[in-house]
Amino acid sequence: MGSDDVFTQAFEVTGGDFHKAGRVSIEIKETLQELGISPVVIRRTAIATYEAEMNIVMYAAQGTLHLALSPEAIVIEVFDRGPGIPDIDMAMREGYSTATREMQEMGFGAGMGLPNMKKNSDVFEIISAVGQGTRLRMVFHLGGRTAET
Amino acid sequence: MNHYFHSIRVEPAKCAGHMKCLRICPTQAIRIRNRKATILEEKCIDCGECISICPKGAILPMTNPFGELIKFRHSIAIPSPALYAQFGREILPDRILNGLKKLGFDDAQDLALTCGEVSFAIQEFLREYDGPKPLISNTCPAIVRLIQVRYPNLIGQIMPIDAPRELAAREIKRQTSKRYDLREKEIGAFYLTPCPVKMVSIRQPAEKGQSHLDGAIAISDIYGPLLAAMEPLAKDTYRSSLESICILGIGWAIVGGICRTLRLRNSLSVSGLAEVIKVFDDIERGKLGNIDFIEAYSCLQGCVGGSLNVENIYSSHNKILNLIETLEFEKIKACPDIREVRKRFVEKYFFLEGKIEARPLKPLDPDLVQAIKKRKEKEEIFKLLPKIDCGACGSPSCLTFAEDVVRGEAGLTDCPFKYPEKIQSEGSKRSEEPPVPAEVAPFRPQINNKRKRGRP
Repeated sequence: MGSDDVFTQAFEVTGGDFHKAGRVSIEIKETLQELGISPVVIRRTAIATYEAEMNIVMYAAQGTLHLALSPEAIVIEVFDRGPGIPDIDMAMREGYSTATREMQEMGFGAGMGLPNMKKNSDVFEIISAVGQGTRLRMVFHLGGRTAET
Repeated sequence: MNHYFHSIRVEPAKCAGHMKCLRICPTQAIRIRNRKATILEEKCIDCGECISICPKGAILPMTNPFGELIKFRHSIAIPSPALYAQFGREILPDRILNGLKKLGFDDAQDLALTCGEVSFAIQEFLREYDGPKPLISNTCPAIVRLIQVRYPNLIGQIMPIDAPRELAAREIKRQTSKRYDLREKEIGAFYLTPCPVKMVSIRQPAEKGQSHLDGAIAISDIYGPLLAAMEPLAKDTYRSSLESICILGIGWAIVGGICRTLRLRNSLSVSGLAEVIKVFDDIERGKLGNIDFIEAYSCLQGCVGGSLNVENIYSSHNKILNLIETLEFEKIKACPDIREVRKRFVEKYFFLEGKIEARPLKPLDPDLVQAIKKRKEKEEIFKLLPKIDCGACGSPSCLTFAEDVVRGEAGLTDCPFKYPEKIQSEGSKRSEEPPVPAEVAPFRPQINNKRKRGRP
């Protein structure tokens, strides 16, 4: 398959910008709807993307989110320049959070971010270096489509 | 493709192409073609915003004319509680219902009591419910359609308790047919509606084959005759009139009216389509799971904000609030019998009679490979456009125009910034506009060719 069949899009996410937070996941959702991806896959992608986006907004200075869509799968890659995660196993536990009280009062940082991304994606990979940043890769397989013909 | 009924129609002879509807439509369902507005069936959710904004009155609601009642041997008016908010403080529901009978209805029935029953039924349902939250009220058919079209993932969260107007029509017809020995077909139940979208839920219900209502008459059509038909206020009847009002149901006319009756710790009331969309986006991203129930209306302030009302929406909103306060102050609590509601709840009396299905928008192409290709083309075309959303091409924004072009529903030459010569040669009203600067990037024809090649 050539790169002709792959649709790619990159989004910049600014750390601390809570006002715009969430726009990327909406934009991605709309693109997936236009392409006729099944609502179930759209929902899983939207939830996982939103969590990834919020992690950048809450913890990092700046980050990039890449969408690559082929007829087989959706791949979301996230790179951020942030503090990094010292203990990934710990961060993957449900309920574990380093969010400040302010963030929690805004409804974020319930310690579900990474577990939620893993739960909603078919492949979930994470690499992190303390003081440098975090890289995430999530894959969502396109089982079936519900597009009307 | 499925055919969707709509309660909104453009009168081409009256349409002057002012494009106000094009800009206000919250689902981008309007295009201007040959200087006339047209509605895209698939995208329209019948919210009625275009009806209110059109300066020429060229967009009309397809409600039933008042004369339709004579088609039935027995006719019943079931007014939306929003009707009660259209008159002065001293005009209370019983006077309005009597006025309706004088206008020619054989009967007029209060809906607020059924609304109160449904509040109890929703409470019962929420008590046992442990599925995904929040549940979303289905009382506004425009919201149900919005979910079907744009949020198919949330369909399972639509409250499965039927709307009061449907339950009331079913019950009243049953009782009337027994009392007067009539067949149900001979009884016409008419909803007096504050908005056109109820007409859609009557002609093409989202979940079942047929509505229990036979038509909808616009409040704006009946207001004048009704005002003239109402009896002058009799002495010492104010208190007894108040006693007939269900304090739980009367609030259903305004946003927050349902939540107020449910006594939930976490519920939201949202009105206005733009606001509803923000909240639904949040639900879809997994937020708001701590909220039990959401009451959402496409019209600002709820049903009193419908485009077929007469009174301004803030006065009528206030009128309902005042009425509730008065009832509280006078300690009048005409409520449905909760034990009766519980009994019928167990018998499944209140549930929707069918399943609501998704109605997702058509993808760019049924084939995913082609769809991806078109999505890329859309991106390329969008880059060439001025991005000022002027609407002169007939699409509401540059982004929708790019989509219309890849779908083959518009041509790039429709953009006056790409093709200023076209607009000048038209010799129309539009040509009086200042000439378009020519420094925009030249059109790259290969995109258009690619599209043509890609199509069979």
